[in-house]
Amino acid sequence: MPDTQALVNDFLNKLKKRKIEGSQATAKQTAELLRSVISQTRMPYTNQAAALIHSVKAVGERLVAANPVELAVGNVVRRVLHIIREEDLSLTTAAMAGLNLSAESDDEDDTDRDNHPALSAAAIASASRSTLRPPSLQTLLEDVPDSAAVPHTSSSGGDSEGKSKSADKSSRSRKLKHDVIEAVNELIQDISTCRELIAEQAVEHIHQNEVILTLGSSRTVLEFLCAAKEKKRSFRVFVAEGAPRYQGHLLAKELVTRGLQTTLITDSAVFAMISRVNMVIVGAHAVMANGGVIAPVGLNMVALAAQKHAVPFVVLAGSHKLCPLYPHHPEVLLNELRSPSELLDFGEFSDCLDFGSGIGAPLLHVVNPTFDYVPPKLVSLFITDTGGHNPSYMYRLIADYYSADDLVLERRTASGN
Amino acid sequence: MGAQKKGATARVSEDPEELARHPLQAILLADSFTTKFRPITLERPKVLLPLVNIPMINYTLAWLESAGVEEVFVFCCAHSKQVIGYLESSEWSSQPNFSVTTIESHNSISAGDALRLIYERNVIHGDFVLISGDTVSNMSLTQALQEHKDRRKKDANAIMTMVVKQSKPSPITQQSRLGTDELFMAINPVTKQLLYYEDKAEYSKGFISLDKTLIADNPSVILHNDKQDCYIDICSQEVLSLFTDNFDYQHLRRHFVKGLLVDDIMGYKIFTHEIHSSYAARIDNFRSYDTISKDIIQRWTYPFVPDVLCGSSAIKVERQGTYRASDVTLSRSAQLGSFIFIGQGTKIGNDTKISHSVIGERCTIGSNVTIEGSYIWNNVTIEDGCQLRNAIVCDGVILKSGAVLQPGVILSFKVVVGQQFVVPAYSKVSLLQQPTQQDSDEELEYADSTSGTGELRSDKLNGDIAPDLSETASELGTGGVGYIWKVFEGAYDEEWRHSVAPIPTDKLVKLMLDRDEDEELLTQDGNVISASGELKTVSDGNGSEDDDNEDSRDDYVSFEKEVEATFLRAVHENVKVDLAVLEVNALRLSYNMASVDCGGAIFYSMMKLAVESPHNSASELHRNAADIVTTWQKLLKSFLHDIDEEIEVILKFEEMCLESAKEFAALFPQILHLLYDKEILHEDAILRWADEKEGADESDKVFLKRSEKFIQWLREAEEEEEEEDE
Repeated sequence: MPDTQALVNDFLNKLKKRKIEGSQATAKQTAELLRSVISQTRMPYTNQAAALIHSVKAVGERLVAANPVELAVGNVVRRVLHIIREEDLSLTTAAMAGLNLSAESDDEDDTDRDNHPALSAAAIASASRSTLRPPSLQTLLEDVPDSAAVPHTSSSGGDSEGKSKSADKSSRSRKLKHDVIEAVNELIQDISTCRELIAEQAVEHIHQNEVILTLGSSRTVLEFLCAAKEKKRSFRVFVAEGAPRYQGHLLAKELVTRGLQTTLITDSAVFAMISRVNMVIVGAHAVMANGGVIAPVGLNMVALAAQKHAVPFVVLAGSHKLCPLYPHHPEVLLNELRSPSELLDFGEFSDCLDFGSGIGAPLLHVVNPTFDYVPPKLVSLFITDTGGHNPSYMYRLIADYYSADDLVLERRTASGN
Repeated sequence: MGAQKKGATARVSEDPEELARHPLQAILLADSFTTKFRPITLERPKVLLPLVNIPMINYTLAWLESAGVEEVFVFCCAHSKQVIGYLESSEWSSQPNFSVTTIESHNSISAGDALRLIYERNVIHGDFVLISGDTVSNMSLTQALQEHKDRRKKDANAIMTMVVKQSKPSPITQQSRLGTDELFMAINPVTKQLLYYEDKAEYSKGFISLDKTLIADNPSVILHNDKQDCYIDICSQEVLSLFTDNFDYQHLRRHFVKGLLVDDIMGYKIFTHEIHSSYAARIDNFRSYDTISKDIIQRWTYPFVPDVLCGSSAIKVERQGTYRASDVTLSRSAQLGSFIFIGQGTKIGNDTKISHSVIGERCTIGSNVTIEGSYIWNNVTIEDGCQLRNAIVCDGVILKSGAVLQPGVILSFKVVVGQQFVVPAYSKVSLLQQPTQQDSDEELEYADSTSGTGELRSDKLNGDIAPDLSETASELGTGGVGYIWKVFEGAYDEEWRHSVAPIPTDKLVKLMLDRDEDEELLTQDGNVISASGELKTVSDGNGSEDDDNEDSRDDYVSFEKEVEATFLRAVHENVKVDLAVLEVNALRLSYNMASVDCGGAIFYSMMKLAVESPHNSASELHRNAADIVTTWQKLLKSFLHDIDEEIEVILKFEEMCLESAKEFAALFPQILHLLYDKEILHEDAILRWADEKEGADESDKVFLKRSEKFIQWLREAEEEEEEEDE
């Protein structure tokens, strides 16, 4: 597949050079890339799901390696893998139902009894699903419509299946690919609409005359605040500037143009201001499986200040930011050190970096980390596109989105080879 | 910063016709045409030497790619096969929007030759970036390119934009950071045009000479010694043809830039673009290799840092700037200090200490080894108990147990150092014998540019080691292989300058002393270049005090004139007194005068006006003066706050009567009385003045005598008052 190869290389390059900013854009582009990878994968006759999983993993591994800091890439890769597994499973169970059906219809021509085995096949399917993943609130709720929907498809599939085995195979292979692509499309849709979905919940959280504090800049936060403003809530926003990139300045500017009463403060003034704040609302870089947050640098300090004054600390995160890994996992690269020139002018300080004299080592060392880790106990609430969640609920949510088999991308392929 | 950069790129690509006509091109010179990296460069081209474990050319190419260059022509000369082979096998040959084309030459001996060859090939179709393959940068080209294009639209002669950056204006820092000489540039601060460029200023002379037309032609010139040349140039097509026209141009800076600046027939101009926070530097010698490696490890070159550039090989940054590949075998007792890099597959033994060093891939390092500030490339074996300080150790070197490398040692490829052998400081060791002295001062690196000799040499490396071994056993200890290169006469003193080792303290002290002496010398001299680079002219060696006085005197005269003009305008245009006061005050501030001077100056202008207005007799003059004083008394009063200022006015008046307005001489007492009446002068001031004059010369007392009566009267009045008081 030379076509996708070029696409993959191009995207890898962009990731490597850090040319894509923001996890949403990265997530979306990753999903789109994987979609084309899937559509280009040639399907064997047997074990199609494995083939798809293999090709997605091969690409995914390279993508993750290209920019290990951007966890959204890995998240999307894992979700696509999960989608493949799910679709495969539902097709298999459907086929099983169909086989059962045809087998039984061979024995008896009584069409009245048709429904009974089909139903039992659906029951098997849902049972096997629930054994695969721990029962969660959502699956429990899903179960009812599932069992209603499955018999319908299986009975319609059953008609064609009786005719020829090979036709069934090809239609199944096309169906798997088709279903997967369909589901990936839904995922892309989800990723692009997650901000609106989050913003819709704004009115429930922001009340009249409240003071909201945020740090740095996040599009999700901006839209969240603006959504509340549009619903005629009047409130004030404190923006901490977010040194050293000072994205808070941009956010403040943007908020003011949307007509929000905004106050810009330095990061170090957060503690002084927090007592006047009703709620802290921030964006995140990634949400880990334990409910911890990887967020722009400075947020841990804000979270601690908020805890001290019992101010709710609310994190907005689209579901593509949910990472199934724990922060102590060796594969997780928690931080990226950016150039010290964001803090200091190199020309001015180059004389402090004089290696040619003395011990040959500079006395000045500038560290410019991009992210902070906020432990789950400091977070009051996560607002995702599916609603508000407690930090301790995160692993449940994650179990819905990811298969346990995919958590470690690299080791799997290594052992496979 | 990221957002800003994004916006900028977007803006450029919106300029459709510019983009459609020429994709941005770059010429990368993969040959430095110098011998500074010998003996290493005898076997491998400089651009392929690893810089923090990544070949230098990768940094340059990665930067060009991210800066939006679409087509790069890599000019290879020395070891061209190696460069071409590397590029073909690397990722650069398969980039979607970035094409790398190699141009091979076997007989170019300078950058000038290279550019002439490229001109002949006719591949450059517009503005291009000229850079050598040993430059590390992360600057954004967008702004500089835009400036260049805008200038070109206005003036077709602006053919080159040179990137410069700020650096500390001290030759010591420049020496100890990049090992370069001090650089002087004269730049027009408004247009940023480069007017003068001198990188080989002779310190012993203690001065530099500028062409006087340079000062005459330009309204303002700033002479910088605090700029660093980044060796990144944005050139227009004409540059190439200029090299062809002037076939004697060899060196980019020494011949081309200086040639353009001196030669004003064609009127070509060079401009500068200064970068502030981004990084740009060129690896010119071993010292800059050391410095830039450390800058990279400290991430000043972000995003061109090892963990980002390598990508897949999973190098992680840990605390204290430690870069470690995923599969390093590290003994539990090994001590890793700060700012180190350890490549894949390297094994490190017990109790080994490593700090401020770079260690490449698949190296084996034994126990009890000390490595400080050294650069160890790939596949190196270091046995137990070795000590390395500030050394460069190339691929495949073997250090037998107990070997010691003193600061500044360079071990070229596959050298073997025998047991317990101490390699003396600053020595360069290679398997190849030192070329005979022929080209020590020539700038050549093409000794084996043809593939034939290259292969021959490698054959020799593989096959002939046995005879070498017996031959050179004495030079590098038992079992050692390699030749220690001799240092040329006189060059030994210079070794420390460009070495990878820190400058020894005694040399630093000497540098410092030299500099101080220079400065002393300079202050005694006529033209002074102070540390800040500003140019002063001292008229004579007589010390500066006279000068100062003269200066202030001149200032006072012009101030007086200004005040007079202001006053006249105030009179003629009926300006309100308040405004006049304001204006005079402003003048006072701009000339840095005391209010004492103001009073004098205003009074002077009033009297002058009185004299100049038509009058026939002394009484008329008196009336004129009285009129003016009455009208403008408020102005005068607002500058006469205390007794000293009033005395100043009297003294001023006295002076006038003697010099410029002799007509007043007769009227002196009357005017004095007038001023007293109008309460401009108080009796205290007048009496004090009289007291002071009491002891003066006879000639000085003329006016005192004339006004004796008035003073007498004043004194009596005062006494009466006192009596009344009693």
